[in-house]
Amino acid sequence: MPHHLPEVASTFAPAIDGHIALIYVVCGVWLAAAEIALFWALFRYRRGASPRAAWMPADGARQAAWVLVPAAAVLGFDLFIEWDSARVWAHVKERTPRGNVEVRMTARQFGFDFHYPGPDGRLGTTDDVASRELRVPAGRIVRLEMESADVVHAFYVPELRLKQDIVPGRRIAAWFEPTRPGRYTIACAELCGVAHSLMQAPLLVEPVEAWRRWATQTGAIR
Amino acid sequence: MGDADGGHPMSGPAPTSFWRRYVFSTDHKVIAKQYLFTGVAMAFVGGLLAYVFRSQLAWPGEPVPGWGPVGLDEYNALVTLHGMIMVFWVAMPVLVAGFGNLLIPLMVGTDDMAFPRLNMLSFWIFFLSTLLVVASFFAPGGPPGTGWTLYPPLSTSGMPGAWGVDVLVLAVALEFAAFLMGGINFLTTAINKRARGMGMWDLPLFVWEEIIASIVFMLSVGPLIAGALMLLADRHFGTGFYDPRAGGDPLLFQHLFWFFGHPEVYVLLLPALGIVAEIFCAGARKTLFGYRTIVWATIVAGLLSFIVWAHHQFVAGIDPRLAAPFSLTTILISVPFSITIFALIATLWGGSIRFSLPLAWAVAMVAEFLLGGVTGIVNGSAAADIYVHDSYFVVAHFHYTLVPIALFAPLAGFYFWFPKMTGRMLDARLGLLHLVATVVFFNVTFLPQFALGMMGMHRRIANPAAFEFLREGMPLQELSTVGVIGLLVSQAPFVVNLVWSWLRGPVAGANPWRATTLDWQCPSPPPHGNFEREVVVRRGPYVYSPPGSAEDFVPQDAPDAERAGGGAVPSPLVQPAE
Amino acid sequence: MQAHATVARESTSVPTGRVGVWWFLASEIAIFGGAVACYVLFRARYPDWADQAARTLGWAGAFNTAVLLTSSLSAVLAHHAAVRGEAVRASHMLRWTAVGGLVFLAVKVYEYAHEISAGLVPAQSLFWSFYYLLTGLHALHVTAGIVALLAVAASARRGHALGRVELVALYWHFVDVVWIFLFPLLYLSS
Repeated sequence: MPHHLPEVASTFAPAIDGHIALIYVVCGVWLAAAEIALFWALFRYRRGASPRAAWMPADGARQAAWVLVPAAAVLGFDLFIEWDSARVWAHVKERTPRGNVEVRMTARQFGFDFHYPGPDGRLGTTDDVASRELRVPAGRIVRLEMESADVVHAFYVPELRLKQDIVPGRRIAAWFEPTRPGRYTIACAELCGVAHSLMQAPLLVEPVEAWRRWATQTGAIR
Repeated sequence: MGDADGGHPMSGPAPTSFWRRYVFSTDHKVIAKQYLFTGVAMAFVGGLLAYVFRSQLAWPGEPVPGWGPVGLDEYNALVTLHGMIMVFWVAMPVLVAGFGNLLIPLMVGTDDMAFPRLNMLSFWIFFLSTLLVVASFFAPGGPPGTGWTLYPPLSTSGMPGAWGVDVLVLAVALEFAAFLMGGINFLTTAINKRARGMGMWDLPLFVWEEIIASIVFMLSVGPLIAGALMLLADRHFGTGFYDPRAGGDPLLFQHLFWFFGHPEVYVLLLPALGIVAEIFCAGARKTLFGYRTIVWATIVAGLLSFIVWAHHQFVAGIDPRLAAPFSLTTILISVPFSITIFALIATLWGGSIRFSLPLAWAVAMVAEFLLGGVTGIVNGSAAADIYVHDSYFVVAHFHYTLVPIALFAPLAGFYFWFPKMTGRMLDARLGLLHLVATVVFFNVTFLPQFALGMMGMHRRIANPAAFEFLREGMPLQELSTVGVIGLLVSQAPFVVNLVWSWLRGPVAGANPWRATTLDWQCPSPPPHGNFEREVVVRRGPYVYSPPGSAEDFVPQDAPDAERAGGGAVPSPLVQPAE
Repeated sequence: MQAHATVARESTSVPTGRVGVWWFLASEIAIFGGAVACYVLFRARYPDWADQAARTLGWAGAFNTAVLLTSSLSAVLAHHAAVRGEAVRASHMLRWTAVGGLVFLAVKVYEYAHEISAGLVPAQSLFWSFYYLLTGLHALHVTAGIVALLAVAASARRGHALGRVELVALYWHFVDVVWIFLFPLLYLSS
């Protein structure tokens, strides 16, 4: 891949990277073929080498096939890409698994607030524990319930390859399973006002044991 | 509709007063120039805005030379207005209205638009909208920092006192009204003002592209006009169309916006492809490959464009099950456009290519657009979009489509039809310098943005250095900004060329490119009323190098007897006179 | 060969003005279609809007439907008169059409006054936001139509531009048809 993608820190990130790589390869070949055809035609059929143009209206099937057959091939590759895309999309977005850790996140101008279920193990109760950072255990499924207090925001962590808009009036779910402990940045990826540029929050992925210590100490989970 | 019968302004002699001739003119050629030059002027405004915010991105916090430090709200307004201006006040007036006005009446062989006074009204409404969009930056309560997409609730309850938003919405609404009227004129002219003997299948491809673009625009913009009214009502009358607390839905506006917004891309692309096709045929001395195939493919693309919009919203909170069908339609729309692009390349294949400046620009358009086209697949795929949505990969992608569409194609057209507009040729050496510099700096500007996007850079942030994962990308930011500055400076030879050639350029003659379409069969510049005698069309638009003819082109209106070699031109390019 | 290249000539059998008005109406349909589609989607989402619809003045809406239909009839008669070259009669019929439009607006103003005094203002709820949006947009078109009708009637009376009678009548039919969609959608509860 010609570009430098951020490190992989979620279970589905390799699938998304693989899908992008697939598109790069397929489209790269087509792009190269089309550019070569374009510039080869310019060179080969320059006036000096081709004193008179051929008559090719392509109003019959035989000549038009020169264009329609490659276009049909494009269609074939399109469907192949779409098949792969639908597979990955369904895994990431359509089936939200039950989380080992459930966190409610409220986006507002210009920050993210996180709430853990607290001692009763249920979100949306008075004993929920608030946090300014998202701390999660590696190797466990994290399920986010996201809401916006004002305008459209987005939850975006490049290393997770996850992005989801948060629309006021809706509770939107997202999930991920972090693979690698570390400190990452959650950014808002939807223009949300003056300080949109500054809207970020830390994501801390910790080894399970370390996370459990923190969670029980703070009472974030039962 | 005042010109439907009686009082046709063209049926009289040319107006003599300065105001009627050059300012409040009903002549499509004057109106075309008005649109073109307003668009070019706004292109420099939009370009300077880009210079300011790209400088901020490359050197965050440093005062921008010639501007000063860029505040956060200012930054949002800069990117908002850059997008708005480049799409609605550059691409639309130049490609659709400018070239459409110049070429449609000439190409169909008539004296003017169907409704010349409506045409003049369109321009002046457009001009008013231009003043308003500039004014929105200085409006009390703050400039519009909503993004060009104007998503509520940011644009409604999020910016209550910002009159800039209202002025901007009003400007866009007026702009839409102007282009709706323009579209009515284009369609009616192409349908009902064709020269004697000219059937719909004798229209040059450019006219077809304008017809389809006008219909797509007309049918897609209506719902957004209603949506803009709802937006203004939410801002001022306490309604809650987009407010979930009142039962409304912020996503409604997104649907209305993209139901228009995506077809709008094709509204711009189609005339650009039309310009390229005209230039390729004349440059290769070869008939267009698959004329009817291209027209049908374009109609299919126009229809498909109405059912792709939600690909802008895969991760916007819509039902995830909607993603697959919209992803499929989006990826499918590449098929009709690949037909068109392949046909354009096939038009060069087997030709006898005369290199000229317009041809070089048109080739640059196709060569660069291809990269924009294939990277669209990455965005159109729902799975890849989870990562690249609202990233600089998207920014790079749509600049690789829109810059070829709205800069390369119009410049190709400008170098091609400048002789028709002014009667003089543009200087080829300055033009070549312009081309090479523009191509180089265009790529220097936007190639790094693909890499930045893949690195994870998200859109509309004023300070990438504030994000840890973007710090290593700062050299690329600087490179991209150097590219923008170079791109702006590269336009200097064009301006010099324009002024110098208009005054001193070599005289062109009626048909300097030896082209077949009717626009080249009238004097350069065309007089009031365009054609000196009634045009009778005898054949299709691209009879270049027909078999059995010594000539390498036969104009659409040339009588058979005047042709060297005589004999019938190959069917089915001969249309029986209707 | 003609000395002047520009003869009024049409490529199709349809007069140019009519082609222009058709495209104009197509763009208008897209605007109303967009607004109505939004309303219909919300109405499907909120079944309780039927109760709000019941609070409109059904009799006034029905009366206005009849008024607009009648005025469309006089527009048809104006067109027929214009085709036969009866300029004065065409002008007369257009003015009757305009009177129908004025009656429509008067009833509409009465309705608005009644509703506003009952607290049913645009900000009251989403149903009423849509009610005012759709009927307001329509009333704006009725107003523009009245102006156009009177302008064409004035020139037709002097025998000028009788072709425009058909065009303005086409527009008026469109305004009528829009109302025929709006009336059941907004006023009827089931």
